[in-house]
Amino acid sequence: MSETQNRFEWLSEYLVRPSYGWAGERAADPDVLAPARRFLLDPEAWGMAARLAASMGLRHAGLWADPLDAEGEAGVMRVQACLELEGDYLVLETQVPLDRPTIDSHTPTYPGLDRLERHAQDLTGLTFTGHPDGRRWTRHQAWPEDRFPLRCDFPLGGERSARTPADADYPFVRVQGTGVYEIPVGPVHAGIIEPGHFRFQAMGEEVLRLEQRLGYVHKGIEKLAVGRDPAGLARLAGRVSGDSTVAHAWAACQAMERAAGCEVPPRALFLRALMAERERIANHLGDIGAICNDVGFAFALAQCGRLREQWQRRSQALFGHRFMMDVVIPGGVARDLTPEGFQQLRLDHAALHRVIEPLFDVIQDHPSLDDRLMRTGILPAEDARALGCTGYVGKASGQSFDVRRDSPYIPYDQLRVEVPAETAGDVSARVAVRIAEVRASLWMLDRLLDALPEGEVASPFTPPPSGAMGLGIIDGWRGETLCFIRFGSDGRIARYFPRDPSWFTWPALERLILGNIVPDFPVCNKSVNGSYSGGDL
Amino acid sequence: MSAWLVALLQALLYPALAPLLVGWVRKVKARLQNRRGASVFQPYADLRKLLVKETRVAHTASELFRVAPYIVFVATWLAAATVPLVALDLPIAAVADIIVLVGLLALARFFLALAGMDAGTAFGGMGASREMLVSALAEPAMLMAVFTLAMTAHSTSLQSVMAHHLADGFLLRPSYLFAFGALVLVALAECGRIPVDNPSTHLELTMVHEAMLLEYSGRHLALMEWAAQIKLLLYGVLIVNVFFPWGVGASFGALALGSGLAVVLLKLLVLGALLAAGETVLAKMRLFRVPGFLNLALLLALLGLLSHVILEVGA
Repeated sequence: MSETQNRFEWLSEYLVRPSYGWAGERAADPDVLAPARRFLLDPEAWGMAARLAASMGLRHAGLWADPLDAEGEAGVMRVQACLELEGDYLVLETQVPLDRPTIDSHTPTYPGLDRLERHAQDLTGLTFTGHPDGRRWTRHQAWPEDRFPLRCDFPLGGERSARTPADADYPFVRVQGTGVYEIPVGPVHAGIIEPGHFRFQAMGEEVLRLEQRLGYVHKGIEKLAVGRDPAGLARLAGRVSGDSTVAHAWAACQAMERAAGCEVPPRALFLRALMAERERIANHLGDIGAICNDVGFAFALAQCGRLREQWQRRSQALFGHRFMMDVVIPGGVARDLTPEGFQQLRLDHAALHRVIEPLFDVIQDHPSLDDRLMRTGILPAEDARALGCTGYVGKASGQSFDVRRDSPYIPYDQLRVEVPAETAGDVSARVAVRIAEVRASLWMLDRLLDALPEGEVASPFTPPPSGAMGLGIIDGWRGETLCFIRFGSDGRIARYFPRDPSWFTWPALERLILGNIVPDFPVCNKSVNGSYSGGDL
Repeated sequence: MSAWLVALLQALLYPALAPLLVGWVRKVKARLQNRRGASVFQPYADLRKLLVKETRVAHTASELFRVAPYIVFVATWLAAATVPLVALDLPIAAVADIIVLVGLLALARFFLALAGMDAGTAFGGMGASREMLVSALAEPAMLMAVFTLAMTAHSTSLQSVMAHHLADGFLLRPSYLFAFGALVLVALAECGRIPVDNPSTHLELTMVHEAMLLEYSGRHLALMEWAAQIKLLLYGVLIVNVFFPWGVGASFGALALGSGLAVVLLKLLVLGALLAAGETVLAKMRLFRVPGFLNLALLLALLGLLSHVILEVGA
């Protein structure tokens, strides 16, 4: 526990910087978003705060705007940004007038913020001065430029009932020159994958520039969350990105439980971790097979696909859903693990352990695969750090960060979390990280079963008073999954913002593909495997 | 039985058997991956499905797009008809030799690439340019390999080559070994198999052959796929019958033809299984490795030619 005493060592240095004009005296309660610290700033200090943070090496973990127009505080928009260093989270907060919501952009300092800021601009009307890219992002053609869905005067069902026109006139950046040609790919693909558009500028087969256009699966998650009860929000959070349903639902429940001061039974937390690790293993197995298949090595796809299928069928049998959707609920979990299920999991873990070792040997020691995966799609460590990549993308490029180890929550504070570290940053490194994580999670699953406490699996959840806020931070299989929740009146949700790790790994894909050849894009894309749904919201 | 009748029968056998070879390769691949796999007759069902489905044509496509499938199919079929499948001494030898075979295949490819570019999509053009990169390197290697054989038999007729080989008995010629290696590499590249192209991929950006077919549907697609299957069978027969001609029917009697067919099927079964095994253990090459791969084929063919001149002439 000595570690807890050493927490936030850097914070005093951050706050005493002389040129730093933060409104500390207005910080009503710095611990309202615990374990993160919250600090109120004057809007004028917003850009400076980011520059100072960058100079001290803080990682930007996301930014969101919260129009407070429905709360009687008419005329104010709250803007929050989350930063992290050494596992300690700091939330910067400021308020801008709603009739003229303008603030300094963090993007010049933190390039990974580009899309988050454009997203906030499209949905709330907050404008960012100094942002290098003023184009719309999440808004396609479903609502006009001067309307903002997250304001309270925007109806929940949308304003238009007619069919949304195609998003045809987005101004892509074009590369000029002899022999440069443009390849538009998607949003409809030949395989069964989510929709997204990729615009390549290529010279021969070499990629000069890749620009992504996402937002095709914008579901209005943030708007749908408004007015939901806590149980309804947990269900919604589980649908932000289907393959990360446990991570998002846990993050949302953690945020709500922190806001409400709800004590979750230890058995429920262990079961949540059990499911989170099961989710990690299932997705990594699927990805490893798919990456190999993208370079024509179908053997690995067949084997990994089989293992993943068996794994998910067990999830279906024990937790009622192949992806374990809707099992994490506010206050605990919806299903307990039976003694038979407990024994079955033990057998499953041992069986999977036996099967994966020879399989991983084949995958990691195959010259023909090495030839394709090594030195393909290299993401330099500087880029990974600048963009704030977490999860396997960050870990493969020298960014050793894992919420479970560096900012542990129960039950990970009682477990040894092995965080694989690779530095090559290529596709092969991302495969190696996945393989190491499968092994580590499998080991952890048994430790979770060893230490599984007895008792209740859910405690009653009493919603907090209006205005209560909570921040949930979970390490999902894609990386750090963050979630902000603010309660309104009657225990209903007033603001929900889930920040999937994909917000930072999609831009990484645009960088790591440069200089590679066009036919290597699919394998690079698969090795990053950003969530379309998780970022389109 | 009349010789022309046998030639016709053999020409019909190619389109009839081609889907079976593809089905067999897929089946073996599935078994090697511990999967059950579809029936070996699945490619027939796929072709039938495509033939009865509606045929859509992109509104940007020209007439060329509509006629290309017929040209590609007929040219590939004719090319196949010149390769002895079950019997020798066919009258077709008098009208078509190896150079005609290569020429017909080139004709099919030319129209395939044109059709790929015709609809004006990015993928079609990309596939066409890659196909041309592959074929520009594969064709010389192919010609060089068959010339090695032709020099041994003093004839550019495939039947003479086979007859010469049969008359020689089992004689291990170094030039044949080199030519064999070259032809196998060329066949892999020309038929779009792993490690050059992945016939079962759904990733548009990695495709070579399939990218040119993306805009096709219905009977047009059926003809294009059928032509690709015939091409695979053609190369398979070329390899097994030219280098291992034993068992091919020597006369036009029903028994000789029947046993000739049985033997060639057996040889193709083995070849198909070897192809499937190769495709299971190898990943696809990076596109820019393909020239090196085909240069190796050309080099092997040249070595074959050289070793023939140095070691075998006058021997």
